[in-house]
Amino acid sequence: MARVLINFPQRAKRGDIIEIKTLIQHPMETGYRLDNKGAAIPRDIINCFTCTYNGEEVFRAELFPAISANPFIAFSTVATQSGELVFSWSADRSQTQTETRQINVE
Amino acid sequence: MNGLLGPLLALAGAAALAAAADDRRSGYDFASPEIRAMQDDDTANPGNLWVLQGETLWDKRAGAADRSCADCHGDARVSMKGVAARYPAFDAALARPLDLEQRINQCRTEHQRAEPLAWESEDLLAVTAFVARQSRGLPITVSSSPELRPFLASGRELFEQREGQLNLACSQCHDDNWGKRLAGNLIPQGHPTGYPLYRLEWQGLGSLQRRLRNCMTGVRAEPFDYGAPQAVALELYLMERARGMPMDAPAVRP
Amino acid sequence: MSRQFSAPRGGEGRGEVGGGGVSNRGATHLTLPVTDVTDPLPLLPQADGEGSSSPTRRRVLLTAAGAGLASLAPAAEATEAAMTEAIRQLIGEAPLEPRKVKLELPSIVENGNTVPLTVSVESPMTQADHVESIHIFNQKNPQPFVAAVHLGPRAGKAYVATRIRLADSQRIVAIARLSDGSFCSGSADVIVTLAACTEQ
Repeated sequence: MARVLINFPQRAKRGDIIEIKTLIQHPMETGYRLDNKGAAIPRDIINCFTCTYNGEEVFRAELFPAISANPFIAFSTVATQSGELVFSWSADRSQTQTETRQINVE
Repeated sequence: MNGLLGPLLALAGAAALAAAADDRRSGYDFASPEIRAMQDDDTANPGNLWVLQGETLWDKRAGAADRSCADCHGDARVSMKGVAARYPAFDAALARPLDLEQRINQCRTEHQRAEPLAWESEDLLAVTAFVARQSRGLPITVSSSPELRPFLASGRELFEQREGQLNLACSQCHDDNWGKRLAGNLIPQGHPTGYPLYRLEWQGLGSLQRRLRNCMTGVRAEPFDYGAPQAVALELYLMERARGMPMDAPAVRP
Repeated sequence: MSRQFSAPRGGEGRGEVGGGGVSNRGATHLTLPVTDVTDPLPLLPQADGEGSSSPTRRRVLLTAAGAGLASLAPAAEATEAAMTEAIRQLIGEAPLEPRKVKLELPSIVENGNTVPLTVSVESPMTQADHVESIHIFNQKNPQPFVAAVHLGPRAGKAYVATRIRLADSQRIVAIARLSDGSFCSGSADVIVTLAACTEQ
């Protein structure tokens, strides 16, 4: 399980636009690097990141090798109701990682 | 301009003089605003991914003694406060200085009775980052006891001697030419206030020794082995040279 | 034993190392090039980032160093043409309005491995008028895509912030698809410098 940092205001007022910041540990191996024998190191990147809010997708990013290692993605969403934010990172070769966080909306 | 202003102006003058005498600036001061922003935001500093891991490892039992760091040291926020700021430190039994990574491994082998963690391994970096984080903002205070003097002298000598195919000494860039540019990059003064740090070039966290090895490779010299006495002596000298400067681990640097 | 630092000698950016202070032992006086940073020193292919990719540099390396470099990683060269084609695939024959899309990224970076980028689009983000997606392209990495972000009215604001890799000084282009089917764009140019003292 890769380490993850997720940050957003845990309490918000209905209608507020909140900023969500995410950071996940992943080398984002581009497939263009050569090892010390000259062979290409196979590509292994996080290719898709999604965020759902009480089950509905509110953000999706398709990522390519041009995204840096340990990908940082920040975006916003409108605080509509209390519930669950589910963040999901899928990679070329590894298991999809999912993190769930609660949000309180007054 | 007497009365209140007089003494205030005198104080300001004295402060200005003191500042002029100490023109030491950390790598943070030489970094771009974007890199500084990356470092300052705890939720966006990639180094914190390792600090998080270190926090988990701190509580994890290990070795034949089945002990965790927490079992002896309790809450790291209390017990580790200021620790990284005074390493490398003298070890009386071994009669030589140990750096923080070596000290952590000493605890592992002697108190946890576990295998030492490999240099630059994710776990060792994580624990070191977690411990170093507890010294954030605190001034560097390596001991000035006489037993460290010969190691300090050796470190200083290493810093000032020319080496490698490019025949350059550390001091030539970092004492004599800081602030100028080397092939597009601003040369910093070379203070270790932020280690272990996230180097953009590595796209990962690394130790001071790793960075020193990069410098040595840069001048085409054979780098010291990890944990070599020269490497530790050099670390000791660098920390002494940075005495009083605040720690900012885990830093972000280009 | 704190070391007193001498003030930097010479003009800023001279990059001359080897004078003053330390005794010279013969021909060790180096003058390192002050950068024309759009064309850094021809280095061997980097083992990180997406590889050096400018055509002139590649020619220099291939003629200078012969066989060893023939084994460069697959298709490690993207040109303006690849980016243009990728954009054409996205927008088809539709017109592209160069407005509303703002790219925030440093104009000069110390390391191309991790460049902070924020793309934002002016939009009320209502059901009737919002940004559906933002597509980010680059000009000189081995492949032209950076990211494709899908939003909607629930975003509140149309933006994404991330960190990207840039193999060389180049242009980044961002295209927003709006809910009415039209496209807007913005771009920014970045100068990328290379790190001194690496692992190689």
